[in-house]
Amino acid sequence: MSFVFAGLLTPFRYEFFNNGIIVATIAGALCGLLGVFVVLRGMSYIGHGLSHAVFGGAAASAVMNVNYFVGAGVWGVASGVIIGRIARRRLIGADAAIGVVTTASFALGLALLNRYGQAKKSIEAVLFGSVLGVQTIDIVAVSAVAILSVIVVVALYRAFLFATFDPEVAQVSGVRVAWIEALLMGLLSLTILVTMRVIGTLLISALLVIPASVARMLTNSFARMLWISPVIGAVSAFTGMYLSYFLDTSASATIILTGTLMFIVVYAATGLRGRTRISGLHHI
Amino acid sequence: MDEVLVECAHMSCAYNSTLAIKNIDLTVRKGDFIGIVGPSGSGKTTLLKAILGSISPVEGHVTKKPQLRMGYVPQVETVDWNFPVTVLEVVVMTRSSTGHLPRVTKDERTDALLVLERLGLGGLENRHIRELSGGQQQRVFVARALFHQPELLVLDEPTSGVDVRTRHEVLHLLADLHDEGVSIILSTHDLNGLAAHLPRLVCLNSEIIADGSPVEVLTPEVLEQTFGAPMGVLIHGGMPVVVDGVGADIAKRMSRLD
Repeated sequence: MSFVFAGLLTPFRYEFFNNGIIVATIAGALCGLLGVFVVLRGMSYIGHGLSHAVFGGAAASAVMNVNYFVGAGVWGVASGVIIGRIARRRLIGADAAIGVVTTASFALGLALLNRYGQAKKSIEAVLFGSVLGVQTIDIVAVSAVAILSVIVVVALYRAFLFATFDPEVAQVSGVRVAWIEALLMGLLSLTILVTMRVIGTLLISALLVIPASVARMLTNSFARMLWISPVIGAVSAFTGMYLSYFLDTSASATIILTGTLMFIVVYAATGLRGRTRISGLHHI
Repeated sequence: MDEVLVECAHMSCAYNSTLAIKNIDLTVRKGDFIGIVGPSGSGKTTLLKAILGSISPVEGHVTKKPQLRMGYVPQVETVDWNFPVTVLEVVVMTRSSTGHLPRVTKDERTDALLVLERLGLGGLENRHIRELSGGQQQRVFVARALFHQPELLVLDEPTSGVDVRTRHEVLHLLADLHDEGVSIILSTHDLNGLAAHLPRLVCLNSEIIADGSPVEVLTPEVLEQTFGAPMGVLIHGGMPVVVDGVGADIAKRMSRLD
């Protein structure tokens, strides 16, 4: 019996695993929290696009030997500004602007890594995430963004709720909707920046969408969604990371598959009520 | 003369350099109950948004009474009924600038319950908004607008897409609020069901065609100029009843067959 128990605790003997599971669990909770706004605002494409844009910055900073957070952060902000400028000119829609800028950034990142990087290894690490590369700075960074996000969401709860539910009336009622949206985009960019090295570019948007969708099926309350979704994100990240050790599979893929399994179970268990609740989330 | 709440002077508003409304001169005074009528795309919502301050005029200006408290009720079709909020949460939303934390304070709850009770929504505060009838849903948004005690209530198509019973409910509610001293301006294309019952109508088709009482402005000439189609007007019980020109023509032909 003690042999089985010791076996179950095996992965925790490794520092890289402990660092990875801490970052993944906090990242899961953080993505779950911000995912509520992403899902209710129909912004899942922006989450997807931002992660692709940041990939370009991550690749460029790796090739130029610049600090990852500085390089990818500046790149992500620049992508956001360019998307905003193109969309404001109204020649093409915001969705097309996101598609063009973020996929171009992604392609540029790939080309840079092909040409100058340790191509295959680096690309796989950024695309699919890597627990091996997690350092103490990652734990500090993801914890700082998580604490900041919780403070902002709790302190500005009503403004966030109003601007998400009814932005036009919120604006008329004195809520600075543009400022709230910029703040949300900033938090989303920071979240992607600090979690991408563990979760990876391709799967991060799933971690933003799945926990919030599961939470939506479980409750009709916005306030309750804001704690249920982070709990689901954290549990799926912890469980997925843990299982990946024994299954010898990609940590990020196992995290997403764990979240997907929770989605399927809740979808089946809540029946018509749950399906009705997520029927308004057309992008899910 | 009653106090001026909002004054639009030679005001024009545009989207992407295309003028939506032009040369609007309109004064809203304390105690007014005004209906803006016009066809789809005539600029009714644009005019309301300019009054609310959510869009800026490209020409002319809007002057408001300092510190004017306005409540806005948008079209219910624009509301996401699946959004996870209860009736109480919707009502207290308008205190976003003063109340920050998720918790609804005791005072806010008391105030919100009073407004809900006044609008016949007592006991529904913990219901999800989708679980309400059409009339109740409309009243929840009126309750939200009333929560911060507006001097001017602005409603965009309050009877659009609702059944006759709900329309009556909304009309009676607005009449009661007006009697209690709330000034009201609303947009509608419901000529007989709503507009004809209001004390003052403004006919709009990019510019103001007519401004006055229903009897003064609901005339075949004004309506044809406003809606771009022939319309007849009958007087029933002292109130104008607008008859669709095509409908009147068909009715005339049917009567000949009899």
